[in-house]
Amino acid sequence: MITVNALHKTFRTHQVLKDVTTTIPSSCITAIIGPNGSGKTTLMKCIIGLVRPDTGTIDVDGMTALDNPECRTMIGYMSQVARYPDNLTPQDLVAMIRGIRKGQRDTADELIAEFELEGHMRKPMRVLSGGTRQKVGAVLALMFTPSTVLLDEPTAGLDPLSTERLKERILAMRSQGATIAISSHVLSDIQELADRIVYVQEGIVAYDGTVQELYMQSGETSLGKAVTSIIRRSGALRS
Amino acid sequence: MMTILLRYVVRDVLRSKWLALYLTFFAAVTEGLLYFTAGEAKTVIGLMNVVLLLIPLAAVVFGTLHVHHNRDFVELMLTQPVSRPSIFGALYLGVALPFMAAFVIGVGVPSILHGVAFTAPFQALIGTGCALTMVFFAIAYFVGVAIQDKATAMGAAFLLWLLFGVVYDGVILGVTVAFADYPLEMATIGMIVGNPIDLARIIVMLTFDYAALMGYTGAVFQQFFGTTTGIMVSTLSLALWTLIPVYAGYRTFCRKDW
Repeated sequence: MITVNALHKTFRTHQVLKDVTTTIPSSCITAIIGPNGSGKTTLMKCIIGLVRPDTGTIDVDGMTALDNPECRTMIGYMSQVARYPDNLTPQDLVAMIRGIRKGQRDTADELIAEFELEGHMRKPMRVLSGGTRQKVGAVLALMFTPSTVLLDEPTAGLDPLSTERLKERILAMRSQGATIAISSHVLSDIQELADRIVYVQEGIVAYDGTVQELYMQSGETSLGKAVTSIIRRSGALRS
Repeated sequence: MMTILLRYVVRDVLRSKWLALYLTFFAAVTEGLLYFTAGEAKTVIGLMNVVLLLIPLAAVVFGTLHVHHNRDFVELMLTQPVSRPSIFGALYLGVALPFMAAFVIGVGVPSILHGVAFTAPFQALIGTGCALTMVFFAIAYFVGVAIQDKATAMGAAFLLWLLFGVVYDGVILGVTVAFADYPLEMATIGMIVGNPIDLARIIVMLTFDYAALMGYTGAVFQQFFGTTTGIMVSTLSLALWTLIPVYAGYRTFCRKDW
């Protein structure tokens, strides 16, 4: 479970996160959605430790995530863009992560087969397509079957077959009790996967609840329309 | 943990065509100078001019680009259970050490083949070349980490190279001409210490008997840098020139949002 409490983050004069408080429970897929520049990626980066919040706390399974590399032993993170060093191969990257997380059991070979990456493992990253690099990113994020998974636009650039396989993997991890947070603009993916929605707008959590509650509150039956109603409501609240 | 990361950063840099080009260039220039000029002194003087300008330029350009080109890789490392100081150490050493090795091999192999590698001028040249590699990669890493925009970072790195490589000497010349009536010996030594390139040049020059050709100034430098105190001051200065930007880069890296 991820607990975010009173999180603030300002880049120069731009306040990106404003008193964000939310809980991302385990055995559940939570979608973090919102318009471009709303603070979704910053929130995820704060949880994984890429961005250092100004104030607030983040706990992952009861362990503080701030300035605590040990906490990342249980987290898998897949970034929006998977650009890795030109001259390294996917095999090098897998070996490097294995070396860092020595002792943890991994399922890299299974994932490599699942994403059909066997033929690309010895090629330098510079010759791989964006989609293939994204698959490598998925392998690196999921290879240790982490108890907490953060996925930032995970299906961007993936072919339909790989997208389905990734979704199946995510659903399997949920059933095994993992805490999963996904940031995506693809509402069909969210509708298919998410149990809960955290809607972030201009750095504020405008909605935090289950998908069912969202449908009930908005009176809509599609996620797109239900989200639109939140946007209208939060816009009305601001004005 | 740092050694694991270091291994893969080095592996990436070793496979770079730029490193091969860098090594080949130094090997070709050293071999060419040794072949076409008579005597090690002329070779070292010729090489010194190349080393003093090219190593800092290559280091600031490649170092700054390396930081910006590998942002996603840095992010990957930061999402692993590894501390930020270990990642910074692996990145800095992983780039600086292969370039230092390429320089040593490029200059060292031809000089061994010609039987001049173990003379004082060649050893001073190789030593100062290694020091300049570490200094300017440290500066490049600080600039690359501190400045978010790639073009601005490259511009800043290039300006720093221009300052140390060209402008600084002009400033020293201007000061010595403007205050010619005053005793400037210690002030000049102070100014030399303030620029790692000048410091490297003086260290190499003083291994020759030609220091006297630099006139009174040469004699003053010989008197200061030729002593144990002078050697300690110059070594400490080059060490500080490496450590200060490394520390600044490390502090910036550890506080940076990625």
